[in-house]
Amino acid sequence: MHEVDMTRSLVLTLRDWWESQPDRPQISRVHLRVGDFTCVEPMGLVFAFDAYKEGTFLAAAELAIESVPLVAFCHACQSDYRPEVGLHYACPTCGAPMEDIRSGRELQISHIEYQNAAQETVIGQLAAV
Amino acid sequence: MHQTFDAALEMNLLHANQAGADHNREHFDEWGITCLNLMSSPGAGKTALLEKTLAALRSELAIAVVEGDMTTELDADRLRQCGVPVVAINTGRSCHLDARMVAGGIHQLKDLLDPRSLDLVVVENVGNLVCPAEFEVGEHAKVALLSVTEGEDKPLKYPVMFREANCLLITKTDLAPYLEVDLDRIVANVRQINPQVVIIPVSAKTGAGLEDWLNWVRQVTGRSHQPSDRTPDLITA
Repeated sequence: MHEVDMTRSLVLTLRDWWESQPDRPQISRVHLRVGDFTCVEPMGLVFAFDAYKEGTFLAAAELAIESVPLVAFCHACQSDYRPEVGLHYACPTCGAPMEDIRSGRELQISHIEYQNAAQETVIGQLAAV
Repeated sequence: MHQTFDAALEMNLLHANQAGADHNREHFDEWGITCLNLMSSPGAGKTALLEKTLAALRSELAIAVVEGDMTTELDADRLRQCGVPVVAINTGRSCHLDARMVAGGIHQLKDLLDPRSLDLVVVENVGNLVCPAEFEVGEHAKVALLSVTEGEDKPLKYPVMFREANCLLITKTDLAPYLEVDLDRIVANVRQINPQVVIIPVSAKTGAGLEDWLNWVRQVTGRSHQPSDRTPDLITA
């Protein structure tokens, strides 16, 4: 259920960006990076986003979610390993606990694809002449 | 022809919540308040633990509670019996408190009292092992509770909460003899995920382990050796 609240937070951030653009471009795709070691279900985000965007500045936008695997670093072995989420987190070689997380905690808006409405208008006018 | 542009944002998805949490924490810091965020699944014993904590510490610390509950004020009413200011936040359909809701709670508190008179604000989150772990509310430390009745595997299944916790209370230890539960197994499972977390087994019923927990609270509020005679100066209507 918290995907709804995450979507609200996401939309607020996107709105700030959109309003800071002088020509209010049309956003076509929003790229997220979501780590496997988070409490986020990607499909839940897509569902909430699609419900939220109707009739807003995001109406034409879709979410593209990239999953990021959980990777930990074992200091004793000086090597990376992939913990099995839900089952086992300690280092499979030496049994040391999961100390440093290299990746998997990401909840990131990485980039936005958009069409510049003003520029299209300019092109349109030139074609008319 | 549509020309597509690309803007790199590299921002946290919960940026808006994080900004709100940082703002709350700035207020707490300005007022000299330590804020704890108490989280667990429903029924792990957050309210019972708080009742004992408030009874034991209210003579030495000025404490207020921000109580998150989906629909009722039952927990808030229980804690008001302890004689400390309690503000209730009904989260409605939302399964966790977020920074905005807690900001609302802080405003309610300010109507009751001068926040500078407080030492400690405890936020009792909505009972849920998943969602609250991702939503910071402005706390200085996260406290997770896991009752012995929930089973040894819960830290492995809900790892984010246990990874994020600064202190873990294993609650209802008085029930352990009646269950096939291995406390060492719980501790080992938590340690796999979070080697730094302070783990304290407690029973709110018998009082076992409670003094260790109270000492942890005294330590994080920076008052381990200086009992204070401050009580919240309530503004009475």
